[in-house]
Amino acid sequence: MGMASSSTLIVILILMLLTPACKQKVKLPETAADLQTADDKPAYGDAIIEGVIGEPSNLIPMLASDSASHNVAGLIFNGLVKYDTDLSVIGDLAESWDISKDGLIITFHLRKGVKWTDGVEFTAGDVMFGYKTIIDEKTPSAYKEDFLQVKKAEVLDNYTFRVTYEKPFAPALTSWTSLVILPKHLLEGKDITKSDLVRNPVGLGPYKLAKWVSGQELILESNRDYFEGRPYIDRYIYKVIPDSATMFLVLKTGEVDTMGLTPIQYTKQTDNAFFKNSFRKYRYPAFSYTHLAFNQKHPWFRDKRVRQAMSYAIDKNEIVDVVLFGLGTPATGPYVPNTWPYNPNVRKYDFNPEKAIELLKEAGWQDRDGDGILDKDGRPFSFTILTNAGNNLRKNTATIIQSRLEKIGVKVEIRTVEWSTFVNQFIDKKRFEAVLLGWSIGLDADQYDIWHSSKTKEKELNFISYNNPEVDQLLEKGRRTFALEERKKAYFRIQEILADEVPYIFLYVPDATPIVHARIKNIKPTAIGISYNMPKWYVPKPLQRHTMVQ
Amino acid sequence: MLKYLAKRFLEMIPTLFGITLISFFIIHLAPGKPTDALSEMNPKMTPEARERLEKLYNLDKPVIVQYGMWLKRIVKLDFGESFSMDRRPVMQKIWDTKQPLLERRLFITFMLNLIAMIIILAIAIPIGISSATHQNTLYDKITTTTVFLGFAMPSFWLALLLMMLFGVYLDWLPISGLKSMSYDSLSVGGKVLDRLKHLVLPMFVAAFGGLAADSRYMRSSMLEVVRQDYVTVARAKGLPEKTVIYRHAFRNALLPLITLVGLSVPGLIGGSVIFENIFGIPGMGQLFFNGVMTRDYSLIMAILTIGAFLTLIGNLLADIGYMFADPRIRTGR
Repeated sequence: MGMASSSTLIVILILMLLTPACKQKVKLPETAADLQTADDKPAYGDAIIEGVIGEPSNLIPMLASDSASHNVAGLIFNGLVKYDTDLSVIGDLAESWDISKDGLIITFHLRKGVKWTDGVEFTAGDVMFGYKTIIDEKTPSAYKEDFLQVKKAEVLDNYTFRVTYEKPFAPALTSWTSLVILPKHLLEGKDITKSDLVRNPVGLGPYKLAKWVSGQELILESNRDYFEGRPYIDRYIYKVIPDSATMFLVLKTGEVDTMGLTPIQYTKQTDNAFFKNSFRKYRYPAFSYTHLAFNQKHPWFRDKRVRQAMSYAIDKNEIVDVVLFGLGTPATGPYVPNTWPYNPNVRKYDFNPEKAIELLKEAGWQDRDGDGILDKDGRPFSFTILTNAGNNLRKNTATIIQSRLEKIGVKVEIRTVEWSTFVNQFIDKKRFEAVLLGWSIGLDADQYDIWHSSKTKEKELNFISYNNPEVDQLLEKGRRTFALEERKKAYFRIQEILADEVPYIFLYVPDATPIVHARIKNIKPTAIGISYNMPKWYVPKPLQRHTMVQ
Repeated sequence: MLKYLAKRFLEMIPTLFGITLISFFIIHLAPGKPTDALSEMNPKMTPEARERLEKLYNLDKPVIVQYGMWLKRIVKLDFGESFSMDRRPVMQKIWDTKQPLLERRLFITFMLNLIAMIIILAIAIPIGISSATHQNTLYDKITTTTVFLGFAMPSFWLALLLMMLFGVYLDWLPISGLKSMSYDSLSVGGKVLDRLKHLVLPMFVAAFGGLAADSRYMRSSMLEVVRQDYVTVARAKGLPEKTVIYRHAFRNALLPLITLVGLSVPGLIGGSVIFENIFGIPGMGQLFFNGVMTRDYSLIMAILTIGAFLTLIGNLLADIGYMFADPRIRTGR
């Protein structure tokens, strides 16, 4: 066969493939009216397809360490307790619980008649089994610590489970989530890490795993016998698309119903008629904050005035506007605004470069040699902001900080390092001057590990070596009482101290910005996001798109 | 011939050993450990718990001892378990026997690269030859410009442009993954067409970027060959130009390309991170990249070892190909 004819054949093949085949293509609505149906009643059926960057590694919650795994497992397993939309704790598999007066004993009263998806009844034995598994030293779990605080665990009867603690431990109650609920009848006597349930779990949550094609998709089907009622949406599908630009294009073609948008996608690229008709965008503060942390051992940053000056020199609003396109809130402390531990009345540092220069002058920093850079004892004020590679928001934030500090005569270098190297070579060894990082905030207010002076060893989280005896005491107090008012007082005071001392400059709390197809109804954004009531989401019959393949 | 092959195979063993030894040590030189994902930045992780984890995975032993353990397993062709939280056997991740053939990572990457290679050769060789025979004409200049455009254009950018055009605006082609959501409900013909449609864009981008090198090689080796005496003789004998080019010159001009193809054999299983990420293709590139990022030693070693082995095999194949193409090598002169 000649070269020419094979090239022709290829061309013909390509042309053939480009002709639109007669496949049933989802018709995207032209107008908003198409999605306003008269028959807006809840109905069973349809599927939601979520675009995700990465796939889970392990669907047994206690063994998983990545958010992808926890997101999927969250639909398959339930905990004894969960957070309500106002961050208070409510029952899940436990109907109720009692805490003894001294705060040492918690007794859980479990729901009756809840079944694993294989039909076996869930009992206190399963909770006990999960607890024993997580504290077993052969279980490689990252969540042991809370459970090692338990002095004694007892199964009183099939529906009553009691734990006794060494000391009162406020975060204890909320540690009894899905991490420790495992089907004893399937796992007893087996090595959990090698169990089939890692990739094929049996749970009791609203959904169960139907199919998992590695690197491509996970298909969950609704659990018709779910104890809170059958979820309306029949299937929840995770489609793995590792590139966020591609994912956005796939969203446009209608192959994906929901994804998390980047700030620019949220503000600019979805601001047109097509998206306004076919999708709904949501926006609420994420449970995390980004900060600039100073190494407290560094001679320059030991001086509080220097840290405060940096705070005045940086314009947080500018960072939120430029980096996040306005999708965030300037942070004032380590809590999300409008949650119960958040203290709105702490010292604020409005953008004020003159004040910054003044404070630095007090601390002995002045431009004596006229080169535009402040100096002290003959040394110019120049330091490096270190952050991890691959996070553009952080890199852009660092760049803005760099330009602001340059204006008051402080020279900043930016260095980005691959994550593992960043942690092992720089953070753990405390080889840094300032670090730009973010913390996820747990839903409990306890932040002992980040601020307590006993937590400054290698691999621990107080890597800036922050040390303040009053904060230490307050952290102790905050985790040793269950009384909300007491805890609130402790955490309010901690925020006042942190705001005054500026070990971190709290920069911003970003917004989570999911987008969901408009046919999906009953989504009610709250402080904890939108997915809390996912089993109650529905698509009215006339708008349903994906039918079950029998 | 057999003696030669046996000798070559024996030579491979120390080479492979050397490659794995060096790789193993270099991987362990990189900061971080496979257990980091669990223990990093995690308040719930005590130093004792971390040590227990490391003991569990034998990470507390000296590197040379770990290498010995690895070597002992590898002799039995056992690549061990992945260090990631799913703890699956590494071979399962690369070649998942629970999935249909079409969904196995190694197969996906291998097939895509093979198809791309065939397309590239099928287009690059004719382009190279015709550029050489029409040297310095307008045609030559246009093809040269085009292939270099493909070479210079960032593949992710081209991919996104094409996705916008064919996927979003024209709605002709799917833009991500290997099959549609409705795949299971399609007829056999529909399934084949569905998969082919998913391949169009990735294949186009891969081929367009790869044309430059092969077509330039072909062009320059052809130019060299047509200046040789025997070609002049063939022309002097009055043979038609087609016969001269395709019967006499072409075979000899192919020689350098054989080497090139032999060397690209390991590339067939390598996959590309950027490419796979953009098109959402679950291939070896993604697997390897994530393995490196999470310091999944056993997975990295497995892919490196397979890659090294294939490189050696590729070289061998190229040499054997030479023997067939070039009688001077066969007779050992």
